Amino acid sequence: MTTTTQAAATQAATTQAAQSERETVLTVTDLVVSYYTDAGRAKALDKVNLTLKAGEKIGLVGESGSGKSTMALAMMRMIKAPGRIEAGNVVVGDIDLMSLSDKDMLQARLSQIAYIPQGAMNSLNPVTRIGSQLVDAMKAHTKDVSKEEMKERAIAALESVELKPEVFKMYAHELSGGMKQRVCIAIGILLEPKVIIADEPTSALDVVTQRQVMETINRIQEQIGAAVILIGHDMGLMAQSMDKVAVMYAGRLVEVSTVREMFTDPKHPYSQALIRSLPKLEEKGVFEGIPGMAPSLLRLPNGCAFHPRCRDVMDHCKTTRPENQVLTGGRRVTCHLYAEENEKAVA
Amino acid sequence: MSLKYIGQRILYLFLVVWAASTITFFIPRLSSRNPVRERFAELARMGGFAPADLEKIIADYSRAFGLDKPLFQQYFDYLAGIARFDLGVSLNLYPKTVAMLLWESLPWTIGLLIVTTILAFVIGNLLGALSAWPQTPNWIRGFATSFVMLQGVPPVLLAILLIFFIGFKLKLAPLGGVYSIGTIPEFSLSFILNLLWHQMLPALALIFGSLGGWVLSMRGMGVTIQGEDYVTYAEHKGLGARTIFRDYYLRNALLPQVTGFALALGNVVVNAIVVESIFGLPGVGSVLFAAIRSNDFLVIYGIVLFITMGVATLMIIVELLYPLLDPRIKHT
Repeated sequence: MTTTTQAAATQAATTQAAQSERETVLTVTDLVVSYYTDAGRAKALDKVNLTLKAGEKIGLVGESGSGKSTMALAMMRMIKAPGRIEAGNVVVGDIDLMSLSDKDMLQARLSQIAYIPQGAMNSLNPVTRIGSQLVDAMKAHTKDVSKEEMKERAIAALESVELKPEVFKMYAHELSGGMKQRVCIAIGILLEPKVIIADEPTSALDVVTQRQVMETINRIQEQIGAAVILIGHDMGLMAQSMDKVAVMYAGRLVEVSTVREMFTDPKHPYSQALIRSLPKLEEKGVFEGIPGMAPSLLRLPNGCAFHPRCRDVMDHCKTTRPENQVLTGGRRVTCHLYAEENEKAVA
Repeated sequence: MSLKYIGQRILYLFLVVWAASTITFFIPRLSSRNPVRERFAELARMGGFAPADLEKIIADYSRAFGLDKPLFQQYFDYLAGIARFDLGVSLNLYPKTVAMLLWESLPWTIGLLIVTTILAFVIGNLLGALSAWPQTPNWIRGFATSFVMLQGVPPVLLAILLIFFIGFKLKLAPLGGVYSIGTIPEFSLSFILNLLWHQMLPALALIFGSLGGWVLSMRGMGVTIQGEDYVTYAEHKGLGARTIFRDYYLRNALLPQVTGFALALGNVVVNAIVVESIFGLPGVGSVLFAAIRSNDFLVIYGIVLFITMGVATLMIIVELLYPLLDPRIKHT
């Protein structure tokens, strides 16, 4: 039920008519992840909701420790002790990942939802050939495919990310950083998943390579029609190549908007502060930061987690936690400022 | 891997062997003991009388063995002998040659020590890798770590404890020797089983003695490798636990262990002397031990030379095999 309202809301927000007809490939509902440490329970994800359509690209931004990577891991069901997924659903296509057996989950990884790692530098096994690392991924997911065909498909995947077929026989140490990242993308698209999560895929690369890698991701993503979640800090990169931006703060998604809306009219005070902090061409000189520090997940402030740093703080922000709400136009914000507006919208 | 590199390694091997044999040549000569005199003194003691011309006999034998020449002359004769593959004769067991002694004792040592060293390496590394692997059941972990405790027990004590409890109290294994007294060596199943049965306790002593070290170092390596990005990424790829364990985790954690294996081969000799003496096995260790006691230096030279050659050659083989295990290493 919530899914349909969300879908309707996102539809309205999307300017491209073609995209609105595409099916929903990812629905995350009320996802809760906690880490149980000696110092107590840290809520790393707190009722996160997210919907993605086929071909949609969303950027996930937020400070370190805001839960971006935890969200990626939770969607892959790779949260390890002392962490635990405590509630929520992740539906990819028509498969509810949380209800799968461990064995079926292994099958779902890469074939339904793929992950492009953060540290591509060290993400490839140093002692086996690149080719065998593509082939073993295929082997784990497909039966009755001959060795020759797997090799052909692996080489095709390498070529689709603009790598030479010779890379198949090479080792990780013989490749440059950008090439390694491409290999990881090739592995990610090998089984044409519905959702691709790229966790800071360009953070270790120089700007030129960054751009090439992003172009590759975009091109490939269009080819196979997958939805992409790009995790990162780089707002410029998000603006260039994403459709939507989701802002995380202290384990919650505080705002989900289209790129244009986010950069011209951010709603949540935290997003506003983020956008203000970006350097502008017109006004050289002073940068505006966000005062204060990100809160510890072990001791979140009462009420809204952002209220100690918020410039629009109101009295009930300090006591009541704001709920995630859909604004007119389909934007989602978690802030008391828009409570009235939301009531009107629902009415 | 170039021929030039192999050539260099072989040259290096000769240097090592030369250095080792030079050191072993001079060390026994630092003492003023004369093995020939000692041997005849012992014969005289056993026979109950000393022949009148004992001094002349000793001098004659010393001349026959070349012991009357200046030390440096003897040294060069010795090196020349090695070049001719002539290791000389045993002073104590004359007319047996050193080569004969080696030939008789080597199969025992190789059979027991090489097999146990390899077994300890394989079992120890597997247990160590398992004990660092998160999905391993706790009982395997406990089992693996218990061997680390055994590591603290000196091999001598371990051997004696095994003899006492398993051999003497429980009577599950023979106390020593190579095969049951009264059996005739032959090529039959029952004789081979008898042989293996006698090797059981020494083998256990050797395996238990070194297992803990492998478990400990492999566990440490395993913990490191487990945190590597490529292991996590392998999980993201949806690979099965078995594939990740074998191809991503074990394969990488094993690399430094192979170097450790080459180094452990040197210890084989020390273990041989201890274990073979305790269990009364006629291996190289026992022969070397007897030779040291009677200052039979030609035998000491021969065995040490042989062991140095063996270990150095194995090291080179391991080194040459290394690029096959780790593609990042290339010999140029």
